[in-house]
Amino acid sequence: MTGWSAKILPAGDAALVVELGSVIDAELNDAVHRLDAAINAAKPAGLIETVPTYRSILVLFDPVVAAAEDMGRACLDLAGALDRGRGATPSRRWRVPVAFGGAFGEDLPLVAAQSGLSEAAVVALHCRTDYRVYMLGFAPGFPYMGTLAPELRLPRRENPRLAVPAGSVIQGGQQAAIMPLEMPSGWHILGRTPVRLRDDRRAEPFLLAPGDVVRFAAMDPAELPALEARAAAGDPVATREDAS
Amino acid sequence: MNPALRVAAAGPYSTLQDCGRFGYQRFGVSPAGAFDPLRLAAANALVGNAPGTAAIEITMLGDTYEVMAHGARLALAGDFALQIDGTPAEPWRSHRLARGQKFKIGMAKRGLRGYVAVEGGFAVPPTLGSLSTHVRTGIGGFGGAKLKAGDLLPLSLGEAPERPALRLDPAAWASPSAELRVVFGPQDDYFTAEGRATLLAAEYEITREADRMGYRLSGPKIAHAKGFDIVSDGMPPGAVQIPGTGTPILLLVDRQSAGGYPKIATVISPDIAALAQKRPGDKLRFRSVDAREARHAALDFRGRIDGMARLAEPV
Repeated sequence: MTGWSAKILPAGDAALVVELGSVIDAELNDAVHRLDAAINAAKPAGLIETVPTYRSILVLFDPVVAAAEDMGRACLDLAGALDRGRGATPSRRWRVPVAFGGAFGEDLPLVAAQSGLSEAAVVALHCRTDYRVYMLGFAPGFPYMGTLAPELRLPRRENPRLAVPAGSVIQGGQQAAIMPLEMPSGWHILGRTPVRLRDDRRAEPFLLAPGDVVRFAAMDPAELPALEARAAAGDPVATREDAS
Repeated sequence: MNPALRVAAAGPYSTLQDCGRFGYQRFGVSPAGAFDPLRLAAANALVGNAPGTAAIEITMLGDTYEVMAHGARLALAGDFALQIDGTPAEPWRSHRLARGQKFKIGMAKRGLRGYVAVEGGFAVPPTLGSLSTHVRTGIGGFGGAKLKAGDLLPLSLGEAPERPALRLDPAAWASPSAELRVVFGPQDDYFTAEGRATLLAAEYEITREADRMGYRLSGPKIAHAKGFDIVSDGMPPGAVQIPGTGTPILLLVDRQSAGGYPKIATVISPDIAALAQKRPGDKLRFRSVDAREARHAALDFRGRIDGMARLAEPV
């Protein structure tokens, strides 16, 4: 992916889509997050909120204040002014502790067997990959993260589990994620993090935002209960690793 | 004891709703909010509240409430049977109830959803900035759930002042039109010209799979031109999504924030509100409008919401 171009797709009286492309691609997604930041910084009159995705931005606005045409033009102007260079906006980087394998990561042996690596090598590979939060969706706080090393990519389970515990670190296809709450999932479970993706006591209730970068760090599973207790008491447990 | 409304009996789907939860769709949170903001505004106008104050949205069959306060002013916007202490009473007007009195709402006579507002509103803390309930994810409202018998809903006002009751003309709330106005897009190019023509020519019926999240329709299939998988993008309110089956699903107030099926068109907001009163088995048609007509309808709709208080007159 070398280039992208912005176009406006109509979406009713109170929304429009700024589409930059149609595929899952890190460079394209980086442009989405930079344009999303520009739109929210410029706050065109009538803007309510934006929903950045892999390759587009849904812009929700108040039709009493703004005509769709004017909002679309404002977004296109901002897209035109974006620096085409990659990575102009520094991402927030998070270090997320994970207890891999054992009772917390039932599928680690399967992932290891199918990729022809040892469990330790699978964990090491996950822990040295920068996972970009392409978008959030599916459930409140659920991060779609990528991209998995090619040797780790497996089809999802034939039989989805009906209840995957909150905090489970999972992988499906070329993506990784963390379960914000207990839910069904057909992805493979690698481990468990004590980090709470949502805590309404925080000024920003959701830990991960679109465009953030996550690094998993293997922790001693014996320490999980203690870290979970700290998380329950309001400690974010995850640490910011970028300068700000 | 703190003033409250006790739920003596609960209907099948009663939830607290205000004008919705904004700013969190980027984190995967559904906006939720009143399905019919016009009736929400009407119930609030009758008790002197601002139009978007949180109220109880009832569905098909209402609840019974017992007043646990010195006095509470309640109003029901919606064509439902209503009794106060066993005596028939009128919806579309305010009623002042004393401690221990019961406000019992029966079946919908017309439409599907009604709103019960109480003067001063509910003293429930907001979740992520809103009182709206999203039952699927357990966010907001009263414990993130539907109301159930025994719930004690705290009230902001301990004693509603004495003053004349207000009413709205029930005749002004006739059944909504069966026509839904849509703007084509965002992915109308994923459908054949014939598919787009089918959407506008055909009659669709609301199936039993119809709730606050979405209404699944039955009717003629709409032909895709280039498959039915897209890389997920954001879900606008009123999206007319066409999955592989070819029949439309309308995505409504409790919709997910993104989805991976192409969306041929988008129902405009005044007509999403009208859908709140449609039941399974009701027939629908789609009419295409341009951006100018869509905005005109949105301005008119907002004018009706903001002007509701002026229409409420003393009994």
